[in-house]
Amino acid sequence: MELRGITKRFPGVVANHDIDITVHRGTVHALVGENGAGKSTLMKILYGMQKPDEGTITIDGEQVSFHSPADAIARNIGMVHQHFMLADNLTVLENVVLGGEKLHGISGRARAEIIKISERYGLGVRPDVLVEDLGVADRQRVEILKVLYRGARTLILDEPTAVLVPQEVDALFDNLRELKAEGLTVIFISHKLGEVLSVADDITVIRRGTTVGSVVPSETTPKQLAELMVGTELPSPETRESTVTDVEMLKVEGLRLTSADAEGVERTVLDDVSLTIHKGEVLGIAGVEGNGQAELVEAIMGMRDPDGGVITLDGIDISHLPTRTRREDGIGYIPEDRHRHGLLLEAPLWENRILGHVTEKPNAKGRLLDLKAARVDTERIVREYDVRTPGIEVTAASLSGGNQQKLIVGREMSHHPKLLIAAHPTRGVDVGAQAQIWDQIREARHEGLAVLLISADLDELIGLSDTLRVMYRGRLVADADPATITPEELGSAMTGAATGHLAASDNGSAAGPTSEEGESE
Amino acid sequence: MKKFARFDKNKLILGIAAPVLAIVAALLITSVIILATGKDPLYAYSVMVDFGSKSDSQVWIINKAVPYYLSAVAVAIGFRMNLFNIGVDGQYRIAAFFAAVVGGALTLPGFLQIPIIIIVAMLVGSVWAGIAGLLKTTRGVSEVITTIMLNAIAAAVIGYFLQEGRLAKKDGNLFHTPNLPGSSHFFTIPTMPKPLDGFLVIAVVVGFAYWFVLNRTRFGFDLRTVGQSESAAEAGGVNVKRMIVTSMLLSGAAAGLIGMPTLLGVSYNYGTDFPVGIGFTGIAIALLGRNHPIGMAAGALLWGFLERTGTQLEFEEYEQEIVGVMQGVIVLCVVIAYELVRRYGLRLQQRKVGEELAAQARKTEKAEVSS
Repeated sequence: MELRGITKRFPGVVANHDIDITVHRGTVHALVGENGAGKSTLMKILYGMQKPDEGTITIDGEQVSFHSPADAIARNIGMVHQHFMLADNLTVLENVVLGGEKLHGISGRARAEIIKISERYGLGVRPDVLVEDLGVADRQRVEILKVLYRGARTLILDEPTAVLVPQEVDALFDNLRELKAEGLTVIFISHKLGEVLSVADDITVIRRGTTVGSVVPSETTPKQLAELMVGTELPSPETRESTVTDVEMLKVEGLRLTSADAEGVERTVLDDVSLTIHKGEVLGIAGVEGNGQAELVEAIMGMRDPDGGVITLDGIDISHLPTRTRREDGIGYIPEDRHRHGLLLEAPLWENRILGHVTEKPNAKGRLLDLKAARVDTERIVREYDVRTPGIEVTAASLSGGNQQKLIVGREMSHHPKLLIAAHPTRGVDVGAQAQIWDQIREARHEGLAVLLISADLDELIGLSDTLRVMYRGRLVADADPATITPEELGSAMTGAATGHLAASDNGSAAGPTSEEGESE
Repeated sequence: MKKFARFDKNKLILGIAAPVLAIVAALLITSVIILATGKDPLYAYSVMVDFGSKSDSQVWIINKAVPYYLSAVAVAIGFRMNLFNIGVDGQYRIAAFFAAVVGGALTLPGFLQIPIIIIVAMLVGSVWAGIAGLLKTTRGVSEVITTIMLNAIAAAVIGYFLQEGRLAKKDGNLFHTPNLPGSSHFFTIPTMPKPLDGFLVIAVVVGFAYWFVLNRTRFGFDLRTVGQSESAAEAGGVNVKRMIVTSMLLSGAAAGLIGMPTLLGVSYNYGTDFPVGIGFTGIAIALLGRNHPIGMAAGALLWGFLERTGTQLEFEEYEQEIVGVMQGVIVLCVVIAYELVRRYGLRLQQRKVGEELAAQARKTEKAEVSS
């Protein structure tokens, strides 16, 4: 498969331009690039979800033009999306045949085919299990099987490892090697260099929407690859010199929260959570998403009222205070989903600067807004935090993700918080902005800020945190020293396999689970 | 600074584009409809313009526009919050009714009597709208459902009390509340040939207050934030539930004013012939004016103009429904045109920002290469 001179223009985002890639049959070809470099757009073009403005796609020497995913499927190209598209209340079999009923029927023949594919590629898929009973890694295998069932010979995997813990990643890579051995082609998108180097036969690097180089893993190091990807030296989240004081800033004791799930069943989402963050300390919380991190943040922010426990900020009990009071008392908040919780997308930047701080200076004078001061201060934030924008009157929606995030960080930092809650602060942010955001967190920590950091990026967690806790099913089940812990050890604790203090040198206790145990979650 | 100027110019052009587009489209569509009835559309327009520009027509139009404008403001307060208060109609009627009852029972000097009547109307309107707000926040019932049902309940309550021996008396074929004393008559602005309703002043004040509170106060910012993104507002510290109730109360209070020009300036009582349906007209005008205080004023005047000149069209043997058709077409055209222009503007802006940043990026990349 060859792509030549692919160009795609989009409003407001980095477009693809002059992309050249050659993928050989029977190889694992990795596409790497930072978030926002244009990988996903490229994949959508390959899968027929979007049409390129310029350029050609050639498959087996024949030039093709995809108008829809159906055209791509007809060419034996299949895609496994980052967000799974499975119906929870159906069995694996039903999910696989859904939409492909004509291929092998919907019962006996289909089941035989599924088992055949599963065995041939070592996927270990059980056709009669309900999808809702499966863990993330198993669901991913169902998605892969779904694509193979439809006769795909080329698989596109969009950031398949983002949702997996390290042990599951290894298992996935074994599957990919099986596929390759059977002559299938895998296009693998990632921004994690170690993974890419371990599984890929060829690597194409994308930066700022264009291909900047192709390398062979055996001839390159992670560092070289990273520099190719980033264009300059790789920033690192490391913060080693400790600034932790013994002044308690945030103390959470015995926090409990229940919430009704979709079926109306009361479920405990936070179970006896206790933690303390000191001035100058970054406390990182690791965990697979959906284990209560979001609820913990919302309880501390006052968006959910806890059912039990005490939250103390700087000596004041804030357990049941309204969100606004907590913000005024010095909690800064970088939300996980900036579009939903951090911005007014159709409002100009200066109104976004007021959001969340409408009662505070410089935004308000008494009960009135001080529009002039807010505008001036927005200009300052844009300047100091390097928000790339033509002006402060443009809407937030017209900025790229990284610049939106820089605006949010600038806004929150401008009110000199005592406690910063940073939920996935660099998610979907380009690498330049990432380095800046890390710098700002470090700098503020140096000045005595307490930070609650929640992240799915284990390198970020380990690099920035002074203390690490692991959250699993609403409980803080383990803690670790970021100076000695490895992502793999942290990963196993995230599956609930290890608890207590994770000692890095102790080989047995922390890194115990095999990948099977990890996936049975 | 140059960049700002350019963005602002675009904004201005886009701002004018939407209403121009809407009016042209509405004129075209109405012309086609008039042609389909076998009449000459251009002559119809000239009749309307001639008749509408007469001075007695202008006074009539302005006096008609005052309650329309107040109604539009009441609806717009909800719209800015993403609440659809369809119940303005019921709110102003029940408010005017009880204000008429209280006013009819009191005999105080005007400077006390008039404010009392107005305050009663605003309070009753608030309570009626507040019921919907409370039901939404406590029971999760859509305000669209509750306000529309409260309209029916308001009509039934008024119907019950508006009978002889209850709160009304019989006057010919009509039932109405006791007349207000002379001290309750609102002032008028002497113009020729007929005077302008003094409530025009109140409407202007309300319009200004609406603009000021929404755009210049913390409260208004919170309200707009909830309207734009409830989740962002909540994370930003706005008590969304309280804001829903508060804005419904405000919307109802504004609705309470709608019946006042009629009560204090024309009828001096609430009877079975009290005007109905102004609350629904307000929805159309709020849409037409895009919730903007000046836009809604233009919309209210346009509505008055169409109603005034529509009567004249009948004399020229045009179908009497033409005016209703025009009103409907205008609202549809405005809503569609604004949405089109809004989307186009957003895309344009995103592309501009993208281009500008791409140019910057290319420059730095070149610099990197050359260094």
